[in-house]
Order: sequence, then C-alpha cells, then structure tokens
Amino acid sequence: MSQFFAMGGYGFYVWGAYGVAALVVIAEILSVRSKRRATLAEARLAAPTELGR
Amino acid sequence: MNWYRFSSPSSFYPLAGRLIPWFAWAAAALTVVGLYIGLSIAPTDFQQGEAYRIIFIHVPTAWMSMFLYLVMAFWGALFLGFNTRLSAMMAQAIAPTGALMTFVALWTGSLWGRPTWGTYWAWDARMTSELILLFLYLGVIALRSAIDDPRRADRACAVLSLVGAVNVPIIYYSVKWWNTLHQGASVSPTGSKMASIMLAGMLVMSFAAWFYAIAVVLARVRTIIVDRERGAAWLAALPEVAKA
Repeated sequence: MSQFFAMGGYGFYVWGAYGVAALVVIAEILSVRSKRRATLAEARLAAPTELGR
Repeated sequence: MNWYRFSSPSSFYPLAGRLIPWFAWAAAALTVVGLYIGLSIAPTDFQQGEAYRIIFIHVPTAWMSMFLYLVMAFWGALFLGFNTRLSAMMAQAIAPTGALMTFVALWTGSLWGRPTWGTYWAWDARMTSELILLFLYLGVIALRSAIDDPRRADRACAVLSLVGAVNVPIIYYSVKWWNTLHQGASVSPTGSKMASIMLAGMLVMSFAAWFYAIAVVLARVRTIIVDRERGAAWLAALPEVAKA
C-alpha cells in the first residue's frame, strides 16, 4: 500500500497531478451548484407573486 | 422530431435537466474504470517509471482544452450567424470548464516535466501556445464580465473566440512545426505508438473528461438560462422558481 503511494519515488509529481485535478473537479461542481442556488433564489424574488396562486 | 424546438431556452432547459444525470453517471463510472486501469492494471513504464501515470490526466484534459475551445467558437459562430441566444449561452457556459481543463493540462504537464525533462516549465511552442489558450479562455470570461449589455457581450465574446481559434491548430501542430521539448503526438488519427493497455486507460479517461464536461456545461447553461430569461412566463412557472 505504501509502495503504491510512493509511486516509485514519483509520488509528489503523480499525486500532485491527480490531487489538483480532483480538487478542480470538486470545486467546479460546488461552484456550479452554489451559483444555481443563488440564481434560483434571485429568480424566485423576481417572479410575479400572483402567478399560479 | 423537430430539433429546432431545442434551440429555444424554454425547451432546452428541461431537456438539459434530463440529460445531466446520464452524462454525470457515465463520467463517474468511466473515471472509476479509467483510474483502475491507469493506477492498477497498466504496468510501470520502462523509461519513466511511475511518473508516466500523469498521462491519464494530462492528455485527456489537454485534448478537452482544445476541443472545448473549438466547440465554444462554434457556438459563437452560430450565434453570430443566426442570432440564436441559446448558442451564445452555450458558449458562455463552456468557457469556465475550458479554462479549468487548460489549467489542469498545464499543471499536470509541469509536474510531469520536472522528473522527465528536469524542468517544470520551458517556453517551447507547445507549452507557450497552451498557456495562450488559457489566457484566451480567461480573456473571453473577462470580456463578458466587462460588458453590461448581455447581447453585446455575446457578440464580443463570439468574435474573440473565433479569432482565438487559430491558436488551436497551432497548439496541435506545434510539436511538428517547431523543435519542442514536448514530445510529438503518440496518438493521432492514423494510429498509436503506445502499449494498448496504456492507450485504453487514456481513452477511457478521455471519455470520462468528455462526459464530465458535457454534464457540467449543461448544468451551468441551465443556471445561465434562469439568469438571463428572468421575467419570462415559462420560467416563473417552473417548480424550482415558482413561489412556495
């Protein structure tokens, strides 16, 4: 197992590459999600109240 | 089936919503398979040792960085030609994902260059043109935020994307046209110079990156639609927008 993480001495480079790629994906998903929530909340405020009520 | 129907934001919004889970799950499944092949099945490279495993992130993101730029420019051209606002929204939704793919390609390339070439960075044609690609994406994003009128921003971004598209073939052929530190293409439309299991891992990860990009771009374009169609009756009638 520790052999796997050592990556034959290249652990810093290999995991530095995979780790940052994973962080970017997670950050992008979270940012899209929070932007969607904020935009929907704004749209709700802007929507006419009498509609469908 | 009338495909033109989906060029209107009101019919594309629910369609995109239905497509997202399929692409997202396909991307997740392919990532698991690709990582398993890349980190477990694929053998150690006889020259580069384990450092070569960066390829399974580097090549797919580098391919996507160029491909997404062309798709963004394509939607921009469609907008300029037909004035379809959904095309402009698609272009707008692609830019951040393209920029992130470019960043990851540069970052992983840098971490791969250090152990194999002895340097994190060199101003060779491949790396410089890929860095310019990142600046083009950031330029498109900055240009949009600098213009208040969305229609004028759409037009300006489309023009900038189209002008910048000349950089994509420059990136692709840079390793042929110039003497670069970066190696030439191992995989091209005419064949591959890689061991088949390594190639398989790279292709699986490329499809994962592709489906991920589709899912996240569709999710972002839905938010853009809500933002820019505000006040439209169809939007106010949506369950997620209608007042509780």
